[in-house]
Amino acid sequence: MSPWLPILMAVPVVGAIVVALLPKGSDKLAKQVTLLVSLLVLVLTGVMAAGFDPSGDRFQFVAEYNWIPSFGVKFGVGVDGVALVLIALSVVLVPLVVLASWHDADGVKAADGTLITPKRSVKTYFALLLVLETMMIGVFAATDIFLFYVFFEAMLIPMYFMIGSYGGAQRSYAAVKFLLYSLFGGLLMLVAVIGLYVVAGKQTFMFPELVGAIQDPTMQKWLFGGFFIAFAIKAPLWPVHTWLPDAAAQAPAGAAVLLVGVLDKVGTFGMLRFCLELFPDAAKAFTMPIVVLAVISIVYGAIVAIGQTDMKRLIAYTSISHFGFIVLGVFAMSSVAQSGAALYMVNHGFATGALFLAAGFLIARRGSPYIGDYGGVQKVAPVLAGFFLIAGLAGLSLPGLSSFVSEFMVMIGTYSSQAHGSGALTAAAIVAAVAVILAAVYILWMVQRTMNGPTAEPVKAFKDLSAREVWVLAPLVALIIGFGFFPKPLLDVINPSVQQTLTNVQVPTSTIAEGTGQ
Amino acid sequence: MNGDFQAPTIEYGTLAPLLVVFGAAIIGVLVEAFAPRYLRKPIHVPLTLLSLAGAFALVLVQVMGGQVSTAPSAMGALAVDGPSLFIWGVILVLSFVCVLLINDEGHFVASAAAVPGSADEEEAEAHSGGVGHTEVYPLVLFAVGGMLLFPASHDLLMMFVALEVMSLPLYLLCGLARRRRLLSQEASMKYFLLGAFSSAFFLYGIAMVYGFAGTVSLPGINRAMAAGNTLDPLLLLGLALLGVGLLFKIGAAPFQAWKPDVYQGAPTPITALMASGTLVAAFGAVLRVFWVGLGNLDWNWRPVIWVVAALTMVAGSILAITQTEIKRMLAYSSIAHAGFLLVGVMATYGSAERNADSLKAILFYLAVYGVTTVGAFAIVTLVRDPGGEAGHLSRWAGLGKRAPLLAGVFAFFLLAFAGIPLTSGFFGKYAVFAAALDSGTQAGDSVGGWMAGLVVVGVVASAIAAFFYVRVIVLMFFSDPAADGPAIAVPSMGTVAVIAVSLLVTVGVGLYPEPVLGIANQAASSLFIR
Repeated sequence: MSPWLPILMAVPVVGAIVVALLPKGSDKLAKQVTLLVSLLVLVLTGVMAAGFDPSGDRFQFVAEYNWIPSFGVKFGVGVDGVALVLIALSVVLVPLVVLASWHDADGVKAADGTLITPKRSVKTYFALLLVLETMMIGVFAATDIFLFYVFFEAMLIPMYFMIGSYGGAQRSYAAVKFLLYSLFGGLLMLVAVIGLYVVAGKQTFMFPELVGAIQDPTMQKWLFGGFFIAFAIKAPLWPVHTWLPDAAAQAPAGAAVLLVGVLDKVGTFGMLRFCLELFPDAAKAFTMPIVVLAVISIVYGAIVAIGQTDMKRLIAYTSISHFGFIVLGVFAMSSVAQSGAALYMVNHGFATGALFLAAGFLIARRGSPYIGDYGGVQKVAPVLAGFFLIAGLAGLSLPGLSSFVSEFMVMIGTYSSQAHGSGALTAAAIVAAVAVILAAVYILWMVQRTMNGPTAEPVKAFKDLSAREVWVLAPLVALIIGFGFFPKPLLDVINPSVQQTLTNVQVPTSTIAEGTGQ
Repeated sequence: MNGDFQAPTIEYGTLAPLLVVFGAAIIGVLVEAFAPRYLRKPIHVPLTLLSLAGAFALVLVQVMGGQVSTAPSAMGALAVDGPSLFIWGVILVLSFVCVLLINDEGHFVASAAAVPGSADEEEAEAHSGGVGHTEVYPLVLFAVGGMLLFPASHDLLMMFVALEVMSLPLYLLCGLARRRRLLSQEASMKYFLLGAFSSAFFLYGIAMVYGFAGTVSLPGINRAMAAGNTLDPLLLLGLALLGVGLLFKIGAAPFQAWKPDVYQGAPTPITALMASGTLVAAFGAVLRVFWVGLGNLDWNWRPVIWVVAALTMVAGSILAITQTEIKRMLAYSSIAHAGFLLVGVMATYGSAERNADSLKAILFYLAVYGVTTVGAFAIVTLVRDPGGEAGHLSRWAGLGKRAPLLAGVFAFFLLAFAGIPLTSGFFGKYAVFAAALDSGTQAGDSVGGWMAGLVVVGVVASAIAAFFYVRVIVLMFFSDPAADGPAIAVPSMGTVAVIAVSLLVTVGVGLYPEPVLGIANQAASSLFIR
């Protein structure tokens, strides 16, 4: 029994209660407390992660408490490599989002003095953020499937209020759409969770004990379907992706980062951990249809992104394309592709996070998300333009930046995967490669239209990034470049758990890729 | 035949909770008859609350003392078994908090007989000093007594008597709203006419079943079915008619039409009592009739209840979307929840131990749903327009900005109704669905498929239902407040207590349901007396 994970989960929620109980008018204090708490969580996670032994047991820092014995539910937490890096991603992003959202609820004024967003409750926003942090840690740490489900559903609520109360003009539509899509998927998953418990007949929801518990292939397919639909909506995969552009475009930039960077990863994480390991036969049977959906997402997301006029929607569509890559990697059934997919989850969080935040800073200066309202920002605000460019290049997976490593691994792993006949996955990888070119189009064209060219009249009044804003973007860019050249620390942690997954799926694991980014 | 009179044996100890409630109700009637007007309320309030608390204490004594009876009481007329005692406890707690709501001034008319808007009404209003009918208290006690009797009835005749004792006071209470008199009278009339019809069906069903079995005792009927021909038309007709009567009371489709009208027209505290206490009592009776009386016939009633449950969940959820009145919306929500509970009613097993599992699920669901419902209606009483409660949903727009705490608590109750994790409602729904799937799997392939299908219908209905709960949250938090929005009444101590208790239970059980589940489990483990 290790107290680490319960402590990590308790700190933010205690912080949230403190923030919520602060007296009226102490907005600044609320922000400071939130920042301190999120930094404390970051430090604690760092100390914990230092003690993670990649060659040790699969699940480490395990803690189990009886929660609801009547239902056979335990409060069971523990992390493997993939879960650990995703928790690390979450706790790195939260303090940056706190800093980035510093003035979001204060009532944002554009450069010309028009009010973009009215003043709203600052305390509530930051309390919700901390509650969300607890749930993000919990959802990745849960080893009890019931507990996972509880976090999976409950984390919708703080995000729902963050979008609905603090978002843009269409916020309530976007928030409701987000909630209903996710809730519907979640409820189907609930049926599958119950079914798993009932059919396995083991009187427990603990994941390690349920691996291999369902043998009947038909039953596997039904249960797989329940889980997969929920995760496909969450990830999101074409054709159930339509909520994401609305939600991400309407959410405040900070919330959008957590939504796309972390919450959506729960979907791909769930596919890797639960869909594959609990229902290996069904996963193999459904590989091809899912690969087709993933490839459609990759190409469709990229093409639609090119046509967007709203920056946040554009970034959301690029993410749909990237999630397609992750799903492709997960279901390619080769160790290189799966390691690449797990690495992609982290890198995408940093890259898209940086891009959303940079776009958010840009939008906060002009009050418009539309690309056509900008032009020539580089001359007025070179630092902002520089960060925007690097974040964008990470989004198109430029070699030397972190996303490149993971995208390359997914492609290579898929191309050479023999899991489903020789040619099928190779063809998928070739089609997916088209998106690499499209990615250059959507990113570079957006950068060109906003940053270069003649300076638009309202843009002339822009101030360059403040110190606070630089502090938000600099760590992300450092991580993007750092892991671009040296992904080994992440891969060392990820590889053993991916290997374990493939062993449980009974796919022969031949070679595990070392870092290829050098 | 000898002429000696055999005195019936009555287990006074076991039946004490019932006797306390009915006794207090009769004293209440005497108070109405003899006490001067200004003294009536000061006498009624403590009398009612003390009798309910006392009855609850007597239930506790039986449970704690380990004296839960295992044989029928009162010459086989009543069965005070584990499930009965649990349901009694829940009903007594719920009615206690409802009485706290009833105490608030301004809910009840001073003279129900006066024509709305007439001089008579004004005069009565002036005389009453704003207190309204004090007959409310004994009427509520009689209704609560009926609710206690209903699920504990061990034969059908007693069950019919209980049904009437429960319903008649409620018909009257529905017509006593102080505001919107015509709506209230309409509600009362509708409820009475439809209720009378359903009672007639129920009574006719009893006669049919008696014709088949030669007895009205529930285990007797079960034994007769084990011995006789279960396809006897008398039995099947009787079963159908009994079903109509019972399903009407829980508001299952297609017998749900009365619920929205009655819930809307009745004074809100009475609506709260009906939506919580009556539902709990009626489900207790449904379980007893279907599990004890018709246990040997479950192949005949299962398909029917399958259809009714699916229809109820879907109809309740879909019709709720179109509602623009908060109480009507909550009424449809209550219909949908009746459907979810019916899913649990179908979860019968061969073995007694597993049966206790699904019984536990239903008892747990009833308890937590009842508590949340009372809290939600308590909040409805606080949002007021000059003409009474602000019922129309558009009036609730922007409430989150005007009264963040109130709107936040209400939003939490709505999330609990929607079954979001970390609220009590989630565990209720989970328990019922899990029981249904488990029993289906135990029973074999085709039944397993049907039960899984019903649970999928259930979750789809939950998703639809989530839409209208969320819509209210959107309205409260994401819309701008209306310029002349409703006033938030300053809540009385009683109302604050009701909301606080309801919130605490909804949150507490949502985080740690084990204690309540444990109690439900203990109550269910003894099963119904057969």
